[in-house]
Amino acid sequence: MSDPLGTPGSPKSLPLILARELASNLATPMFLLDAGGMLVFYNDAAAILLGRSFAELGEIPSGEFGEALQLATPDGEPVRRRDSPAGVAFFERRPAHETLLATAYDGVRRQYEATAYPLIGAAGEMHGVVAVFWEGAPGERNG
Amino acid sequence: MRARVWGCRGSVAVPGADTVKYGGNTSCVEVRLSSGHALVLDAGTGMRPLGVVMQDDLPVELHILLTHLHLDHLQGLGFFRPLYSAALDIHIWGPMSPVQHLSERIAMYLSPPLFPVRLEDVPSHLTFHDAPEEPVTIGSATIRAAKVTHQGPTVGYRIEEEGRVLVYLPDHEPSLGTDLLTLPAAWISGHDIARGADVLLHDAQYRDHEYGAHVGWGHSSIAATMEFARKADVDTVILFHHDPYHTDIELEELLAEAQGKWPGMEDRVRLAYEGMMIVLDSEVKV
Repeated sequence: MSDPLGTPGSPKSLPLILARELASNLATPMFLLDAGGMLVFYNDAAAILLGRSFAELGEIPSGEFGEALQLATPDGEPVRRRDSPAGVAFFERRPAHETLLATAYDGVRRQYEATAYPLIGAAGEMHGVVAVFWEGAPGERNG
Repeated sequence: MRARVWGCRGSVAVPGADTVKYGGNTSCVEVRLSSGHALVLDAGTGMRPLGVVMQDDLPVELHILLTHLHLDHLQGLGFFRPLYSAALDIHIWGPMSPVQHLSERIAMYLSPPLFPVRLEDVPSHLTFHDAPEEPVTIGSATIRAAKVTHQGPTVGYRIEEEGRVLVYLPDHEPSLGTDLLTLPAAWISGHDIARGADVLLHDAQYRDHEYGAHVGWGHSSIAATMEFARKADVDTVILFHHDPYHTDIELEELLAEAQGKWPGMEDRVRLAYEGMMIVLDSEVKV
């Protein structure tokens, strides 16, 4: 189901623009959600983990992105969108960290350490979420 | 609307024989609306001579729109004679801070020991506002601000009246950490407020060969300014916030460099100078 919020290609706020510029210059995998819950960017380091570049994927609702990744706990329990670090940062406006399993677009399921925090502006307004991933235990291929 | 440039120098005022043609006063632009309201874009040292003229013809209402509080955008405020007119309502707009009200931040300059008069003691009636990120109506104009890339909280302003658009981005480094040539427009700082402007007053502090030593200082190279304006589909670009070390001769070399990036459209690229008039009516005259 697609997220009704967020408009692909719509003008981005300065905190989001600066976060993207930071992400673009880092070797740490980093994702950005906008204030409407759209996945609006991930960097090349994240693309390596995901098996697909952001240019190929484009902006998509974060819910759709989460479903594609099949997020789960290290025990294999599915993780609801709002319980993932990005979901907590988005819905509860606080930082969060979890160890997660996720399946990349190339079919490889890997364990990640994921940290997310909200981008909250000077007036308390929400600009989006930054999510940073580190690969954890060695990956295994599905099936 | 009609705009007049009273100061277009960046960083610090530089009076002298080498800067007499384009001027040495720091950022200040007067905008007169058809409704009789007056806007003043930034309060650099150009605000002092503006105040001398304005005190004899006070507007019905005066709005000072500050892009940020660096001293070259604020120093003229204390020398602006209408500030001492008890009959005048002055609205001051500026970037918001989560920790300190705009009036408190301005009072850090307008108070001893930096200035003999306290902001709270000036006779005019002052009202402070956060720069409007949603459109607000002032007289016959609609004003909108947006945060932009500079050092510290900084905004640019878009002023629309009767279908004409003037955009003011005097301190802006949209190319910081990125390549404007390949960056989608939605991700470019300031693009949303600059889009489709009839006239854009934009930071043009550095020639391209100078920019490398100043990355991250919050100002633009000529290449970045012209690419930003191209992507924003701006009609006329006015190069603003001249480097204090650029003489009149060097500014004209800088202009040629900028015009070379818009071949065939050279007349749409201009250098700001003190006294420059910009008319945005049924037609635009610069």
